[in-house]
Amino acid sequence: MKLTCKEVSRLVSEGLDRRLGWSERVRVRIHLAICDGCTNFKKQMLFLRKALARLAEQPKL
Amino acid sequence: MNDFRTRLQSERPYLLRYASLQLRDPSLAEDAVQETLVAALAGEAGFQGRANLRTWLTGILKHKIIDTIRRLARDAAAAPADADTTEFDALFVDNGHWGDPPAAWANPDASLEQKRFFSALETCLERLPKKTAQAFMMREHLGLETAEICKELAITPTHCWVLLYRARMALRECLEKDWFSKI
Repeated sequence: MKLTCKEVSRLVSEGLDRRLGWSERVRVRIHLAICDGCTNFKKQMLFLRKALARLAEQPKL
Repeated sequence: MNDFRTRLQSERPYLLRYASLQLRDPSLAEDAVQETLVAALAGEAGFQGRANLRTWLTGILKHKIIDTIRRLARDAAAAPADADTTEFDALFVDNGHWGDPPAAWANPDASLEQKRFFSALETCLERLPKKTAQAFMMREHLGLETAEICKELAITPTHCWVLLYRARMALRECLEKDWFSKI
């Protein structure tokens, strides 16, 4: 079954919180290979994680 | 002793900001910081020999924050779980594809070197609904696993993943609008 962008966005987020199942990983990867929007979304999610890790280190704003 | 007390006080603004980001309630944040400083004074011996006062204090504060969240969750027990994501349907067209596909952010790592970026990020975090923000900050700021977050907030894993998804979707949109479309 092909995934929609909505489903992929949800799985990309969940992939940051739990280990996705084998078939989930494969289907997400296939989708990302052909979808720029979701690929950008995934990069943005990884960036958010990095930004939050840095937030704690910031001197007082 | 007095010197130690002065050094503790100088960390207060940092601790207060840290607690506020997590708890989203000035008086709860104030309480958590106060308890942390009291515990630190009482436990000065525990600090001896450690390199970094801020790291040590933050470690104590994390426990106080988790205690506070646990207390709140207990008080709010039986609040209905809200796990649907229909609020995001508007972002997707009928076949489940993006109405407006996310565009690449220009050189995002450069933003991490800018103080103003973190002000924008904090403003976006403040706009999140409280429970969403708590789950997200427990995950990304305190670095807890989903299982611990579920336990502390008294919610199911699925609900927890939905809260985290919601937080990320909202932050993405907020940063796009308030930061990346302006630089």
